[in-house]
Amino acid sequence: MTLVDSPARPSRLLTGMTILAVVMFVAATLMALFYAPTDQQGHVQRIFYMHLGAFMGGALAFLIGAVASALYLARRQKRWDTLALSAIEIGLVLSGFNIVSGAVWARPIWNTWWTWDPRLTSAAVMWLTYAAYMMLRNGIEDPDRRARFGGVYGIVAFTSVIFTTVITRVRPDTIHPVVVGPSPQNAQGSFEINSSAMTVTLVFNIVTYVILALTLIWHRVRLEELAERVQQIKVRMFSR
Amino acid sequence: MTMTETAQSTSQQTAAPRALKTPFWRAMIALAAKDLRIEVRGRELINAMLLFAALSVLIFSFALELDRTARETSIAGVLWVTVVFAGMLGLGRSLAAEKDRGNLDALLLAPVDRAALFFGKMLSNLLFMLVVALLLVVLSTVLFNVSLFKPWLGLVIVLGTVGFATVGTLLSSMAVHTRARETMLPILLLPVSLPIILSAVRASTAILTGAPQEDWIAWPQLLFAADLILLALAYVLFDFVVEE
Repeated sequence: MTLVDSPARPSRLLTGMTILAVVMFVAATLMALFYAPTDQQGHVQRIFYMHLGAFMGGALAFLIGAVASALYLARRQKRWDTLALSAIEIGLVLSGFNIVSGAVWARPIWNTWWTWDPRLTSAAVMWLTYAAYMMLRNGIEDPDRRARFGGVYGIVAFTSVIFTTVITRVRPDTIHPVVVGPSPQNAQGSFEINSSAMTVTLVFNIVTYVILALTLIWHRVRLEELAERVQQIKVRMFSR
Repeated sequence: MTMTETAQSTSQQTAAPRALKTPFWRAMIALAAKDLRIEVRGRELINAMLLFAALSVLIFSFALELDRTARETSIAGVLWVTVVFAGMLGLGRSLAAEKDRGNLDALLLAPVDRAALFFGKMLSNLLFMLVVALLLVVLSTVLFNVSLFKPWLGLVIVLGTVGFATVGTLLSSMAVHTRARETMLPILLLPVSLPIILSAVRASTAILTGAPQEDWIAWPQLLFAADLILLALAYVLFDFVVEE
């Protein structure tokens, strides 16, 4: 069974999810910009909703990538490898947005685009780890070996996601604030979620980015399977 | 796993009288001893690593202008960067030599637990890295007049090199099968070993500047946890890397 039901058109569920993701994305952005109250930091704090949302979406995509990698190694079915590749690509996009939006927010609040803080460093290295995953796949010609090594590296790379998530809670010397739970004592530019409008906007943004990540991964899987189909048809045409 | 299971089942069917597999520890020690013997006789790898390490310390001392105050805060970084890069030289050669001279196939055919192969290679890589680290400790103590002979620093060096050798051996056994393998190894290895390098450098700097223990004890703890996770991952995943 493949995830592509009809090669020409996406399934009804995928179409529905795409529409839902687009509508929710627009609504979430509008909520962050207009519905959420202005924080004492000013309007720039509104980046927070997208910043955390994109991180959550990216981390979920990397988690799916790691689970799919493990499933590929256990079952040796091509579709798990396709899913791992797709999830990691989408994770790269979302965590890239997370890092860039963080830099834009840091400029007015920390007075610098970037600082060599454990949290920022580990987030950047997480991104580079998955960029190395793509390099590894490009460097191997044999498709079976590419999938197998991709599976191994997809699991090893996930340690960097765990590290990024854990580091602000282990190390007190980071200046990156933590919103849920106690913030580190040196945190700069932290703020409190003190109104229900903020909580609603935050939860809605996280849910939106999760759905967005899932939809994009599904589209990416479909693209990969269609590309393979084209390849098969080409082989059939030329072998005549 | 499946390989060993089928090997066991066929041994039961043919009722072979003797054990087919070399015990884990004996295989692991034998493999590490073989690498050491090659180095004792040829000194191909270790000489390159040691020379590289000495050169790297010299380059750093010019590049960073390590005066008396700068030394204390940056010597740990110099130490770890040098160990990591010298270690990478060793890792790249150690598995490439096995593959190019055809020994890797022979090792995989041998009735030995795959994990024993991994830990044997990892042990020899670890020993080479520790020799480099020891040279660096002596060299920087002499050249920079900063004493690096501290028991806690020794522990951090052992923990850091164990983690780096573990993930390094796993990834270099993948990198030898890729195109442009010399460039692939650092790209694969450096980001994954960041938790190790970061905690090792932070811990070493704090130890050398004489910070109170409660300020930095979390870093060796993090290092230890990272070592355990990477050892477990490498133990499970090495089977998938070398199968075929």
